[in-house]
Amino acid sequence: MSGMTSTTNEAQRRGAFSSRKVFIFAAIGSAVGLGNIWRFPYVAYENGGGAFLIPYLVALLTAGLPFLFLDYALGHRYRGSAPLTFARLRRKTEALGWWQVAICFLIAIYYAAVIAWALRYTFFSVNEAWGDDPEGFLFGDFLQAGDPGVTLDVVVGVLVPLALVWVVVLLIMALGVQKGIGLLSLWFIPVLFIAFGALVIRALTLDGASIGLDALFSPSWDALAEPGVWAAAFGQIFFSLSIGFGIMITYASYVDRHNDMPGAGFVVGFANSGFELLAGIGVFAALGFMAQASGVAVEDVAADGLGLAFVVFPALISEAPAGALIGVLFFGSLVIAGLTSLVSVIEVVISAVRDKFEMTRVGASMAVGVPAALLSLVLFSTTSGVYVLDIIDHFINQYGILVVAVVSMVVVAWGLRELPSLAAHLNRFGSLPLGRPWYALVGFVAPVALTYVLIDALVADIKEPYEGYPAWMLNVLGWGSAVAVVVFAVAAAQVRWRPETSLDAESDTLKKEIQ
Amino acid sequence: MSLDAVILMLVAMAILWGGLIVAIIRLNRHDLPSLDDVHRDL
Repeated sequence: MSGMTSTTNEAQRRGAFSSRKVFIFAAIGSAVGLGNIWRFPYVAYENGGGAFLIPYLVALLTAGLPFLFLDYALGHRYRGSAPLTFARLRRKTEALGWWQVAICFLIAIYYAAVIAWALRYTFFSVNEAWGDDPEGFLFGDFLQAGDPGVTLDVVVGVLVPLALVWVVVLLIMALGVQKGIGLLSLWFIPVLFIAFGALVIRALTLDGASIGLDALFSPSWDALAEPGVWAAAFGQIFFSLSIGFGIMITYASYVDRHNDMPGAGFVVGFANSGFELLAGIGVFAALGFMAQASGVAVEDVAADGLGLAFVVFPALISEAPAGALIGVLFFGSLVIAGLTSLVSVIEVVISAVRDKFEMTRVGASMAVGVPAALLSLVLFSTTSGVYVLDIIDHFINQYGILVVAVVSMVVVAWGLRELPSLAAHLNRFGSLPLGRPWYALVGFVAPVALTYVLIDALVADIKEPYEGYPAWMLNVLGWGSAVAVVVFAVAAAQVRWRPETSLDAESDTLKKEIQ
Repeated sequence: MSLDAVILMLVAMAILWGGLIVAIIRLNRHDLPSLDDVHRDL
């Protein structure tokens, strides 16, 4: 009974999801983001087509899901934000949590900008505002981008939707874990699946759709012998599942302790990959139409990232019958997928601030959200916003998320040898018993695979400056960001916890929580 | 579409979407939410 009371008090103090279902929807909302729609299809196409399915599944089962379970175990057992979880695990590992928090803060400020662009493009789709030159419209009329550099020249057309995105995010965050994040996910994830499903059906009925699907699924079996293809599969799974940078630790800390976390993880993992497959089918069916209409090969229109979303798709919308409908569904899906991911990213920071300073929900949301919004507006609503975004995104993904993920896994598995106790925790209510195979996957396979991905990226960046940007921009914004998050983490870990926050995993109160 | 491409598309659908369905069924068999839970969530 006392355990139940302390759980209720903890839930009231920190916030909690009302059920496992809400947690699963929130976790799917976090995992299914922009990368599912604009990254996976191209990665699969470029890395063996249909044959990519094999390394992709191997990566999902041997690294993605096991790592997801590790995040779940940490957050669910130690019931805290990333810094509090690591501090409770061992006081000296707290900086790992703050490293993840700093990464999330940086991601949040640029991720909001992409959502703002997608929001504008949802409306641009109605009258095809880009005319017959989508690329010129994007960089000229809309972003007003000049030469690479950093300016403070504001672009009002970006500033207004970006401010709107932040107002919505702040409102959601202030509403709390259940009424904000939980309800957003519960309502908008089904809307996302329905909207994107409708888009896929429309794309499949376009002339030339089968050409695109043929390009995506035709297997190139030779690709399986290339290490780069396997690295791409592990990288895709890793970046797509929202693992290793605090989100799943934070979300798992909001779940009632009598829960089948590995079972929930399987649902989240397969929902995320299932959506990626749906995105691949929809995007390549549409690209097939585009290729046929333009009289070119699919490889000439295939693209990923910003190019796919804001250049290729607008061109396609202009060509296709009922193109406005495709545009609204596509960009609307990007907005929803982005928003449910953005709230999960910023929640990592808010949760950490709440835990460390014992702040109220609204207070912490404002203390984090307002500076984040201002920084986001200053950096990304200017004529140089697209370049700053591109550089920070690349470096913080490769040398922020990847590095902290590998370091955390190695520390937990080898430094602290905590995998058996974490497995025991998940096994109490889990439907899938975790044992030695899980230790091997989390302690060896996943870190080795991700280290390979990291080295691969590092070699590429050393050989050639990323996207040909000036060295000073790459050093200050790119490498600078990757180093700054580490410096911040070490400094933040020196700040003392409030006396009322128990860091002792053996304390009576916490024991009741974590058992 | 080539036969290879059709087969691989169907295999991908069966594994990923089928895997999702199996995961949901397994989870619900382990612990089905009550009507009270559903009401509380909304």
